[in-house]
Amino acid sequence: MSYLKQFPEIEQETVKCMKCGNCQEVCPLYKETRFEGAVARGKVKLTESVLNGDLTYTDKLAKIFDTCLQCKACSAHCPCGVQPDKIVLAARAKLAKERGLPTVKKLIFKGLSAPSLFKTGMSVGAKTQGLFFKKSKDGMSPRVPISGLVLRRVIPTLASKSFLASVSENNKVANPVKKVAFFAGCTTNFIYPTVGQALIDVMKANNVEVVVPKAQHCCGTPVLMHGDTDTATAMAKSHVDIFSQYDVDAIISVCGTCGEAFAKHYPELLKDIPAYSEKANQLAKKTYDFAQFLVDVIGLDKNKLGTVDATVTYHEPCHIGRGMNAGKQQVEIINSIPGVKYKPLKQPNRCCGGAGSFSLTHYDLSYKVLQRKMEDVKSTDAEYLITGCGSCRMQLGDGLAQEKMPQRLMHTVELLAKSYNNGK
Amino acid sequence: MSKEQLIQDLRQALGQENVITEHEDLVCYSFDATPDMPNPLPDVVVTPADKEDVVKIVNLANKYKTPIYPRGSGTNLSGGTIPLKGGIIMSMLKMNKILEVDADNLVAVVQPGVIIQDLNNAVAPHGLIYPPDPGTVNTATMGGSVSECSGGLRGLKYGVTKNYVMALEVVLADGKIARFGGKTVKNVTAYDLVKLFTGAEGTLGIITEITVKLIPAPEARSSMLGTFDTLEDAGNAIKGIISAKVIPATLEIMDQVTIRTVENFAKVGLPTDARAILLIEVDGIPEVVAREAELVEKVIKENNGNLQKAKDDKDRDNIWAARRAALPALAQVKPTTVLEDATVPRSNITEMLMAIEEIAKKYNLNIGTFGHAGDGNLHPTILTDARDKEEMERVHKAVDEIFKKALALGGTLSGEHGIGMAKSKYLEWELGENGIEVLNKIKNALDPEGILNPGKMASK
Repeated sequence: MSYLKQFPEIEQETVKCMKCGNCQEVCPLYKETRFEGAVARGKVKLTESVLNGDLTYTDKLAKIFDTCLQCKACSAHCPCGVQPDKIVLAARAKLAKERGLPTVKKLIFKGLSAPSLFKTGMSVGAKTQGLFFKKSKDGMSPRVPISGLVLRRVIPTLASKSFLASVSENNKVANPVKKVAFFAGCTTNFIYPTVGQALIDVMKANNVEVVVPKAQHCCGTPVLMHGDTDTATAMAKSHVDIFSQYDVDAIISVCGTCGEAFAKHYPELLKDIPAYSEKANQLAKKTYDFAQFLVDVIGLDKNKLGTVDATVTYHEPCHIGRGMNAGKQQVEIINSIPGVKYKPLKQPNRCCGGAGSFSLTHYDLSYKVLQRKMEDVKSTDAEYLITGCGSCRMQLGDGLAQEKMPQRLMHTVELLAKSYNNGK
Repeated sequence: MSKEQLIQDLRQALGQENVITEHEDLVCYSFDATPDMPNPLPDVVVTPADKEDVVKIVNLANKYKTPIYPRGSGTNLSGGTIPLKGGIIMSMLKMNKILEVDADNLVAVVQPGVIIQDLNNAVAPHGLIYPPDPGTVNTATMGGSVSECSGGLRGLKYGVTKNYVMALEVVLADGKIARFGGKTVKNVTAYDLVKLFTGAEGTLGIITEITVKLIPAPEARSSMLGTFDTLEDAGNAIKGIISAKVIPATLEIMDQVTIRTVENFAKVGLPTDARAILLIEVDGIPEVVAREAELVEKVIKENNGNLQKAKDDKDRDNIWAARRAALPALAQVKPTTVLEDATVPRSNITEMLMAIEEIAKKYNLNIGTFGHAGDGNLHPTILTDARDKEEMERVHKAVDEIFKKALALGGTLSGEHGIGMAKSKYLEWELGENGIEVLNKIKNALDPEGILNPGKMASK
């Protein structure tokens, strides 16, 4: 039984923790709060107390378990091999079951899990955003305080036409070496459609045929992160149905979180459902971040790369690095491009503090984490801040705007597409 | 006078956000890194921002006759920060400023909440180091480290924390502030109160400022790995290195259980047939390092050891990766890891290692031993499961015997972890009735109401 469905399954994870406190060294939220409940060790202790009946499911407990970025830094650092990110997810799932979700979250998740409703909403949003947000050169700021959105926050504008609405389903090449299905994800679809187009261009340049299943929708991770495992399971099933129809060599993502949904969360969510379990495992095995696929599977075609004269630095998204293990491939791609001067950050894989809606619900704390990232970026003389995730990009964009920094943002795949384009 | 009133007064004195009282929050402060300990809840957690706040808290604790447990990062291994009798946990983490790096006098002045590695990072540009380096150097605070008098891998050549504390400011149990010591290298004024409060485990006063000695960073280092077929050979090599007038910065040992576990876990190429390995590093000025490395090499060969010398930084990192993997590797074998701190004169290391093997056999336990062989500080690490009551009983008996043996060999209960709750029951074995009486007299003189970290060391 999955730990996401049956809370006691997580006990095996908690007993491994020897409370050494090494997690304090790497937890971005602990660094800001210096509070034991913010760090993995404290949360493991709370989980033990729940499991042995000393604690019940209170608002306060939910608040503590909400205080986690799911950046996995603790899991990567733990000497005992504990995976606190799993413990937190399991606890959130249990808390949601025991206490129910707040009405607003329930509504949002309902929207996310109903693809047509979500698409309509986003398209209405793209047309009406000017009513609620004022435009600036960096993006938009809310005109009135909207639930969780701080007035000074700068968020990107919604694309006038979504990626899925503008792309063709089949993107063929003359002599394909592989055929892949592309999972675009919400940020690519609704905010950064150019990232999706860049992915197609890059794959074509490498003689890879790309199918873009039009029925795809949100991967479900935002829902799962809030403990709504039932909705997340339904979304996982839907994507397994959609993507199993295609006879492809790989599923490609341009966002670590979406990639991880296919590679790790779907098999876990569906493992007790016989009709889906095997199919989910099959899809998981062939899910790659685009960089992983290019570097490890087909071998990046470097002959066609053109010069891009730019000084760049790179923020490694948590779910690209520790989630998909694709951080070094992204850097390899950056380093392969002629003309690019790569100036590494001191801590490229430290979380930017975004963590999806965490940056909305905990703006001040999230911003403190972001400020450290911005200081790191400042210490390089890079013109471009490259990253491999739309959600990080939104967060970093806010940081650049607030700190009045000149760096321009780009997805790794966009930089690579630019290089192939210059090489034509 | 009630708890509610105390909390109300604390809020008034410190501000709402510095007084934590919700049940779930308190659970997070009921434990430290020590396994197999009770986890009682404190009544309240407070986070003072400066020494004035500390004084206010101590005064309120006196008014309400409530215990105070000062606490840094809570990474200690002696139960030193567990709120045994309820009361106030005082988290020092907001007092985390490095007040001064005085490179001319080779000293630094810090608040107790400074993380040890942060101090090292601050002094590195001056070409200096703060030598004590506990395994938790990246997480532990200076205040906690001074209070527990922690040690580390460089103990043999550089000593433990008390060898580096030059001055302290403490808030006493009656709320008065006292300062001892200073920046001078020579200071023989009166009783050595700096040393008394160092390693006092928060039972005599609350440290609010620390002045420490810094030393020039070594210019060169050389790392070696010696492999031995018998414990006797390894033990003789340890003695031989020191007899050859070489004091390595680090001289570590791993027994066979540890070697096999580490190799299985980290795959760093350790010889799994060896009965013991020694990991050695000499440091200093290049000429001396070269000469000392040569002497170490000679001693290892004379004692039938197989020597591997680090040619470059990569080799060096590989050797120390093996040592760093020791605890994690052992910790992953079983859920509960009981890490002990038995210390003997280094000439008795072999006998102690053999005794630990026998104790493991006698109680049918899995014990891996590694540690700081050069200073005789061993960490027998018992791999068990706290949920297995029957096995835990055997663990407790084994631990009793380990300490009995260490003391019989002229050793001590703690090389670097302190006594806390975990070893207070053995204290009389080492200090005798009269020694305990001295401890109690000091405690009663300085903390007559017993409000400072009760239940630790010899305090009731």
